[in-house]
Amino acid sequence: MNETLITPDLVMAVPLEHYIAVSAILFSIGIIGVLMRRNLIVMFLSIELMLNSVNLLAVAFSIYHNDSNAQAFVFFIMVVAAAEIAVGLAMLVMIYRNIRTIDIDALKQLKW
Amino acid sequence: MASFDTTHIISLLVPLLPLAGFFGYFLYGDKLSESKVGTLASGWVILSFLLSLVLFGQIPVDGAIQVNYFNWMQAGSFTVPFAFQIDQLSVIMMMLVTGVGSLIHIYSIGYMHGDNGFSRFFAYLNLFIFFMLLLVMANNYVLMFAGWEGVGLCSYLLIGFWYKNPEYSAAANKAFIVNRIGDLFMLYGLYMIFKHFGTFVYSDINGMAQSVFNADTAIIGIITLLLFAGATGKSAQIPLHTWLPDAMAGPTPVSALIHAATMVTAGIYLIIRSNVLFALAPLTNEIIVIIGLATTLVAGMIALKQNDIKKVLAYSTVSQLGLMFFALGVGAYAAAFFHLLTHAFFKALLFLGAGSVIHGMHGEQDIRKMGGLSGKMKYTHITFLIAVIAIIALPPLSGFFSKDYILASVFGKSPVLWFFGALSGLLTAFYMMRLYLLVFKGKSRMPEADAAKIHESPSVMLMPLYVLAGLSALGGFMNIPSIFGGSQWLENFLKPVVSLSELHIDHGTEWILMGISTVLVLGIVFWTYNMYVKKNDVPESDAVLATMPFANFLNRKFYFDEFYDAVFSQPLLKFSTFIQKWIETSIVDKVTDSFGMLSFFLSGQVRKLQNGHISFYLFAMVLGILGILTIFILL
Amino acid sequence: MAAALFYALSLICIVSSLIMIFHKNTMYSVLFLLVTFFSVAGLYVTLNAQFLAIVHIIVYAGAIMVLFLYVIMFLNMSHIINFQKSKAIKIAATATGLMFLLVIIAALSSATYNGNVTAGHEIGLASTLGHIIFNEFLIPFEVSSILFLSAMVGVVIFNKKDLIDE
Repeated sequence: MNETLITPDLVMAVPLEHYIAVSAILFSIGIIGVLMRRNLIVMFLSIELMLNSVNLLAVAFSIYHNDSNAQAFVFFIMVVAAAEIAVGLAMLVMIYRNIRTIDIDALKQLKW
Repeated sequence: MASFDTTHIISLLVPLLPLAGFFGYFLYGDKLSESKVGTLASGWVILSFLLSLVLFGQIPVDGAIQVNYFNWMQAGSFTVPFAFQIDQLSVIMMMLVTGVGSLIHIYSIGYMHGDNGFSRFFAYLNLFIFFMLLLVMANNYVLMFAGWEGVGLCSYLLIGFWYKNPEYSAAANKAFIVNRIGDLFMLYGLYMIFKHFGTFVYSDINGMAQSVFNADTAIIGIITLLLFAGATGKSAQIPLHTWLPDAMAGPTPVSALIHAATMVTAGIYLIIRSNVLFALAPLTNEIIVIIGLATTLVAGMIALKQNDIKKVLAYSTVSQLGLMFFALGVGAYAAAFFHLLTHAFFKALLFLGAGSVIHGMHGEQDIRKMGGLSGKMKYTHITFLIAVIAIIALPPLSGFFSKDYILASVFGKSPVLWFFGALSGLLTAFYMMRLYLLVFKGKSRMPEADAAKIHESPSVMLMPLYVLAGLSALGGFMNIPSIFGGSQWLENFLKPVVSLSELHIDHGTEWILMGISTVLVLGIVFWTYNMYVKKNDVPESDAVLATMPFANFLNRKFYFDEFYDAVFSQPLLKFSTFIQKWIETSIVDKVTDSFGMLSFFLSGQVRKLQNGHISFYLFAMVLGILGILTIFILL
Repeated sequence: MAAALFYALSLICIVSSLIMIFHKNTMYSVLFLLVTFFSVAGLYVTLNAQFLAIVHIIVYAGAIMVLFLYVIMFLNMSHIINFQKSKAIKIAATATGLMFLLVIIAALSSATYNGNVTAGHEIGLASTLGHIIFNEFLIPFEVSSILFLSAMVGVVIFNKKDLIDE
């Protein structure tokens, strides 16, 4: 049965460290995006990117350690991400309705 | 804790009843009617008086009842018990305080009628009775000092009772501050007592006095001097006497109760209480003689030229107190205490009579505007007359016995001192006759319209006058000297507390002395009668007075107030102004302000961190995570 | 060949995400993120996680990206929005990101993990994951559905205009 599936050498061809490096780079890019953009939508996109990088890391570890629980976690992370994005975008729309902009620097009332 | 027999309960109830009264009116006073407040307040004190009588009956012949309740303060070897000592001295003081106190309460129902602060007045009076009882019943100096301060507080509250008048408030402040000066010395005296005796309880101290004296003779002298300094404050002796005349700003019943009969005698009580110590300090006794004599003469002279009915009585009080100290100084403790009692009766009566006159004349206090009141205020007149005869020491009223007793004791010490004492008696006779004749005799000096409105006081005010008149007349029979075949009951009764004065002169001399003073007093009476009734002399008006140097000097009270003002108050005020101007505003304020400004500035800087920008917060969060991770790796 | 596939996908992934964060047009950002997602899905495939790859495409590309595009359309922002942070902040943000990268790499390099032990071939399959999810993770799975429901309700309430006004 295994032989009929995707070739196993595809997995082993690359060392685990490279997956780690890729996901770390993606995560850092996400952080840079969150920090340097004023556009709320792009900030959300960056957050999605960071979530993805973590997912990638989890899947890589799962395969290399022969443990499928991590993939279940990834599944749940996707669930949470989807819910978060739905609510976040709803808030974004509401913010836009109230202050007519999606500039994050327009939100400066978070103080007492 | 000792078992609580009836004596415990009774002696606790004596002070607690007035205290309960105080709290009662303080909380509910405004809701009760005047008559209820007055009746209740008097009721508490009368009950206390009856209980004191019971205690009087329980006193053992030669000893004291010690009633211990609990330890009030304890710190290491420092122990102050909350305990009463009921002995011959304190039980008489208790009866005096509650007895005269209840009479004055009853009198006040009439006098304070219609006043806005009616219930407040009675609350203060009851509080005063409580503290005064604490003062006389305590068995140690600290508890006594608590009562001592408490009566000072009540005195302050009652002098400034009509606090809306700034002058009255100033008088209250003056009384309080001058008393503080004496209290400071007294407090220091208490420290010394604890340092050298290790206890505050009277009986322990009396037992140890001789051994402490043997160890260091100066100690007792210093302690007694300090205690005496405290007494000069409370009992208005030179140089701390200036507050008492001003204290007449309070309602007249207060003057009668606090500033004549009871509180001002606390100093006398203190010295009699500590007579074992004072007997060991001859130098202190000499100082007491000098101060007492100076006070009685100076106050007597000042009283000659006062024109305010209450001021005359106030200086008379100072003078009589000086006489008592004079007696204490020569060691005639029983005589001083005897005079304290009789003085309490007739001086309370005089004040209440004066109050009745003021009440009848709708607030007029200047004797130059009175005269001929005997017809209009018959009963007040008779009781006042009895009091006057008592105070100028004509036989057989009470003042005669007590004053004669003092003078006889003094003569045994030194005839020169007797001369000054007798001189004080003559001054008393003159100013009291002057007061009496100007107020009640002669022609009426007020406008007709005002004269028609004068009325006799209500019976609730007259009743206490009758009782006090009876006491003033008969009080002297407490201690009939042996010369009249008496048994000297009071002196014998006090024997367990006060050692007998051994200085008894032979009867022949005593007869002569008595005769001389009585004849002189009678001479003064005729002289004044001649002057103020026959010739109708009226005291000079203020303008005329100002042109007469010596009379003016007397009228202005020897310039004591001005002297204190110039020597103490003004320099202090100038110094304070200087401090306020230069040190307070330019240094202290700047320093404190700069601390405030600094923290304001720094927090303003820190506050910029919380600028409300979400992106800034995000940045901070990322940096924080970064820091945590870095630390994590480095560890 | 397999390694080349991995590196190519990684490169696409990184480059397109860089374009995503730097592009001025929001629409382009979203589209380049889409490219990133597809390449991540490709990486999943190279990792033999076919089921997650499919789910990834369905959820992200199919649902979330559509949601983003829908919001952009809704707010009418397909034009270039040009509000930029100051240069200093941009440099600081970049530096912070790079420092973060450095720290993560440092952390992971100091960790010990025995990679390449016995790579499982079947764990990425739908049947394997289905067994796990419906046995071990049944309750979290059901709870996640409640999470979705509550998110849905929340979104509806957020955007109900009448409620906001009152």
